[in-house]
Amino acid sequence: MTTNEPLIKVTDLKKHFGDIKALDGVSAEIYKGEVVVVIGPSGSGKSTFLRCLNRLEAPTGGTILFENEDITDKKCDIDRHRQKMGMVFQHFNLFPHMTVLKNMTIAPMKLKGLSEEQAKAEAMELLRKVGLEDRAEAYPSQLSGGQKQRIAIVRALCMQPDVMLFDEPTSALDPEMVGEVLEVMKTLALEGMTMVVVTHEMGFAREVGSRVIFMDGGVIVEEGTPAEIFDHSKSDRLKSFLAKVL
Amino acid sequence: MQFMINLSLLAASGGWWDKVKADFALNFIQASRWKLIVSGLGVTVKVTLLAMVLGLVLGVVVAAVRSSYDLQKDEAKKNKASWVILSIFNVICKIYLTVIRGTPVVIQLLIIYFIIFAASDNGVMIASLAFGINSGAYVAEIFRSGIMSIDKGQMEAGRSLGFNYMQTMRYIIIPQAFKNVLPALANEFIALLKETSVSGYVAIQDLTRAGNIIRAKTYSAYMPLIGVAVIYLAMVMALTAGVSRLERRLRNSDH
Repeated sequence: MTTNEPLIKVTDLKKHFGDIKALDGVSAEIYKGEVVVVIGPSGSGKSTFLRCLNRLEAPTGGTILFENEDITDKKCDIDRHRQKMGMVFQHFNLFPHMTVLKNMTIAPMKLKGLSEEQAKAEAMELLRKVGLEDRAEAYPSQLSGGQKQRIAIVRALCMQPDVMLFDEPTSALDPEMVGEVLEVMKTLALEGMTMVVVTHEMGFAREVGSRVIFMDGGVIVEEGTPAEIFDHSKSDRLKSFLAKVL
Repeated sequence: MQFMINLSLLAASGGWWDKVKADFALNFIQASRWKLIVSGLGVTVKVTLLAMVLGLVLGVVVAAVRSSYDLQKDEAKKNKASWVILSIFNVICKIYLTVIRGTPVVIQLLIIYFIIFAASDNGVMIASLAFGINSGAYVAEIFRSGIMSIDKGQMEAGRSLGFNYMQTMRYIIIPQAFKNVLPALANEFIALLKETSVSGYVAIQDLTRAGNIIRAKTYSAYMPLIGVAVIYLAMVMALTAGVSRLERRLRNSDH
């Protein structure tokens, strides 16, 4: 794939829940190495948009090309594509019956056929990077919220994904733990990981985002560089949103 | 009558222990009657274990069908053919649950023995089958409630890593569900063990039946019936102790 082809190309994406149009025609392109931050009021469709990208929500209409394959096609093997798309959830969703290490190694072992030693070695390497190597044998219930989310991030990284999707990763955290998670995400961005981040952390969006998408009412209202969005916003809707959150 | 009064006088005068010993000897030792109890116990254990295994297998399959149906109801119309098959299985499972849970186990046992397997005289197999089919319905609902009680974020996390539905169930959902339903499952197996005491209805010599046979021969009800009750109680207590040990071990992961 050449670098000027998008990694993910979303065209006219629609998601309806009955009469509610959570997504009403969203088109976007995400390029390799980009950090795309999606902001917007609650109910704007930003989480639905993210969850459609790996088809945790089945779209009602439109197409999503991931690495040039249409993953909205019913016949495509979505499980194979999901291995290349890491996801981090608001509520961590660590597996409570497994140790941290097992949480991280089970997918590479079962899905990629890695040996236990290999999977463990890679997991420990990642744990060292986020400073949690001493928690390898702990169970999720023994961790703080910030630690849980850092583990959730490295668990997704263990599959060596091509893109990481973050669904409000800091919204369920105590304020003093937000920083440690954002720090990990920032490091990841600097290493060149392609990221799509739904967040309310405007500071992160401005500092780390290479592009910001502002959504409202199931559509993209405005999109541009952080400077364009935060300092030179055009639409009234975005201006009033920023006035409230900044 | 005279004899009875004499006996009670004897008991009252401090010889009650001798009377218990005599009663015990009469019911369990004379004519090697204990052998009846032992073979009856063997039948009870065999029927219970076989029924447990069958009940677990049936229960897991039915719970898998029912909860897959419930979990995929909203989004799975994508693959039409498999969805139709799943819907048909779901209806079959629902009928099974309704019929089995809606009729007494004794009637089910009699139907299976006298109608469905009228030609067979392998009572133990038939009883195991009847109790297994019966238990399966309860185990299925226990497992289903366990699976549905797991937060849906667990399924999403598993799927987002690239596991398919079955793998997510196997590695992530079922181990957690199993831990949650263990007390209910233990309850069901205790009930099953005690329910097998109606096996005598179809001429199977289980523990209860053995006690009853002794009672009929010795004309003494006290010792054989209390003896049988004590053996059931001991088995249930052993089962309960085993399950609590297992529970404690599994609970290690979420203090």
